[in-house]
Amino acid sequence: MNQILEWISLHQEMIYVVVLMIFVGIEIIGKVPSVLHTPLMSGANAIHGVVIIGAIIVMGKAEEGNIAALILGFLAVVLGTLNVVGGFVVTDRMLEMFKKKK
Amino acid sequence: MELNILALCYLLGSVSFIIGLKMLSNPASARKGNLVAATGMFIAIVGTIFLYQENGQKLHNYSWIFGGLLIGTIIGTVMAKKVQMTAMPEMVSLFNGMGGACAALISIIEFKHLIEVDPRVFAHLGYAFFSHLDQTKLLIILLGLIIGGVSFSGSMIAWGKLNGKIKDFSFKGQHIFNLLLLIANILLAAYIIIGRPEQSPFYFYIIIFLSLLYGVFFVLPIGGADMPVVISLLNSFTGVAAACGGFLYDNKVMLTGGILVGAAGTLLTILMCKAMNRSLKNVLIGSFGGTSAVGAGVAITGSYKEISLSDAAVIMGYANKVLIVPGYGLAVAQAQHVCHELEKTLESKGVEVKYAIHPVAGRMPGHMNVLLAEADVSYEKLLEMEVANEEFKTADVVLVLGANDVVNPAAKSDPASPIYGMPILEVEEAKHVIVNKRSMKPGYAGIENQLFFQPKTSMLFGDAKKALQDLLAEIRSI
Repeated sequence: MNQILEWISLHQEMIYVVVLMIFVGIEIIGKVPSVLHTPLMSGANAIHGVVIIGAIIVMGKAEEGNIAALILGFLAVVLGTLNVVGGFVVTDRMLEMFKKKK
Repeated sequence: MELNILALCYLLGSVSFIIGLKMLSNPASARKGNLVAATGMFIAIVGTIFLYQENGQKLHNYSWIFGGLLIGTIIGTVMAKKVQMTAMPEMVSLFNGMGGACAALISIIEFKHLIEVDPRVFAHLGYAFFSHLDQTKLLIILLGLIIGGVSFSGSMIAWGKLNGKIKDFSFKGQHIFNLLLLIANILLAAYIIIGRPEQSPFYFYIIIFLSLLYGVFFVLPIGGADMPVVISLLNSFTGVAAACGGFLYDNKVMLTGGILVGAAGTLLTILMCKAMNRSLKNVLIGSFGGTSAVGAGVAITGSYKEISLSDAAVIMGYANKVLIVPGYGLAVAQAQHVCHELEKTLESKGVEVKYAIHPVAGRMPGHMNVLLAEADVSYEKLLEMEVANEEFKTADVVLVLGANDVVNPAAKSDPASPIYGMPILEVEEAKHVIVNKRSMKPGYAGIENQLFFQPKTSMLFGDAKKALQDLLAEIRSI
C-alpha cells in the first residue's frame, strides 16, 4: 500500500497529464459529426505517430558497435516515419475532397 | 538553454495536437487542423534530433536517423498518394500497425539496454539493488511491448482482411484461448517485474511472441460489421503504446499525443459500438459471427424479382423523392461519380434526391461521406440515419447501391440474427425499393437479407458503376 502511494506521489506530474489528457481527448471527440469520423480516425492515427520521437531517441543513443540496437532502432525510425508521414498525407487527401463545400 | 528550447518545442507540439484534433472535428477547418498537427509534429521531431540530451550527452548516429526518416517519408508519401479512395481504411490500418511496431521495437531495445547497462537488475543479489525506478521502467517497457505488439499484428490482420487476402477464421473455444493468451502474458510480465528471474530475457521473448499471437487471434475471428470498430480500437491501442514511450523518456509530447489518441480513439470505438448496438466486451472477445450465432437465423425462403433498366428508369424518373443508400459495393465499383451524375440528372427532371448514410456503411465510419465528397456531392444531401428513417416514409423510391447488412430488417425482427438490435436504415418504409447488387450472395457479415425477398423490392443485378451508367442513359432518354 505504502509502495503504491509512494509511486503515485513520485509520478504525480505524469499522472496529472494522463488524467487531464483523457478528458481533453473525450471532450474533443464528443462534438465530431459522423461525416468526419474517417478523417478524424486517420488524423488521430497520424498523431500517435509521435512515437517516432522515442525511436529517434533510441537510435541516437545506440552505441556505434551495437549492431542489434542500430538495426532495430533504424527499423523503428522507418516504421514511425511511415506512420507519421503516411498518416498525415492520407488524412490530407481525404480532407482535400471537402474543401470546395461548406 | 538548448533543453529549454526543446521543452518549448514539445509544448508547441502538444498544443498543436490538441488544436489540430479540435479543428479536425469541424468540416470547415478540418484540413487546416491536419496541417496544424503535422506542423507541431515536425517541430517536435526536429527539436528532438538536434536538441535532445540525456545525461549531458547529445544524440549521435545522425546518418542512421536521417536515412530512416528519408526512407520512411518517401515510402509513406508514395503509398498514401497512390492509394485508392476505396482502400483508405486498409491504409489507416497499415499505418497504425507501423506505429504499433515502432512502439514495440522501442521497448525491445530499451529492455536490452536495461540488461546490458545494469545486469544486477536481474541477478539474485538480494534486494539491495531493488529500486522502484527500475520496476516502473520495466512495467512501462513491458506495457509498451504488449500493447504495441498486439496493435501491430492485429492491424496487419485487419489490413489483410480488408483487402481480401485473409479470410475469417475461428475455432471452438477461441474466446477462452484468447483469454488464456492474455492472462499468460500478464502473469509473465508480472513475474519479470516482481520476481526478476535470471531468465528474464527468455520470458521477454515469449511475451513478444504471445503478444503478436494475441493480436492475430484477436482480429481473425472478427468479421463484417465489426471491422471499423476493431481498427478504431487498435488505433487507440497504439496511442497508449506511444504514451508508454512518453512515460519511459519523461517526454511530454509523446505522453500527451499518445493519451489524447488513446482516449479519443476509445470514445470513437464506443460510439461505433453504440451505433451497432453491440457491447465493447463482445467485440473484445471476438464473438461476432462466432460459433453459435450464425446459422441460427430464420431460414429465408421465397423468390426475388428482377427489374429491367427501363422500368427502373421510369420509376425513378417520375418519382417525387428518391433516396440513395450507398454501401461498400459503390466504393468497390468506384461508382461515386456516376452516382452524382444520376443525382444531378434526376434533379434536373424535378426529382428530389438525397442520400441516406448509415454510420457504419462501408468499411469505416464516414467511409460513404468521404467517398461521396470526392464526387462533389453536397453536404446537405447526406442524411444521417435518424433523419433518413423519417424521410423514407415519404420517399417514392429507395435505391440501395451495394449496401446489405445496414438495410437488413432481420436486425429489427429476428432475435436469432447475429445483427439483431443493430439500428438499420428502414428502407422498407418507402414505396419502392430497388437494390443494386452484383449477385444474391450475402453481405460482409454473411447473413441472408429478407429485404430482397419482399414484394416491394426489386433487384437490379450488376456492377454498381456499369448499372448506374446504363440507368443514367435510360433516364436521360425518357
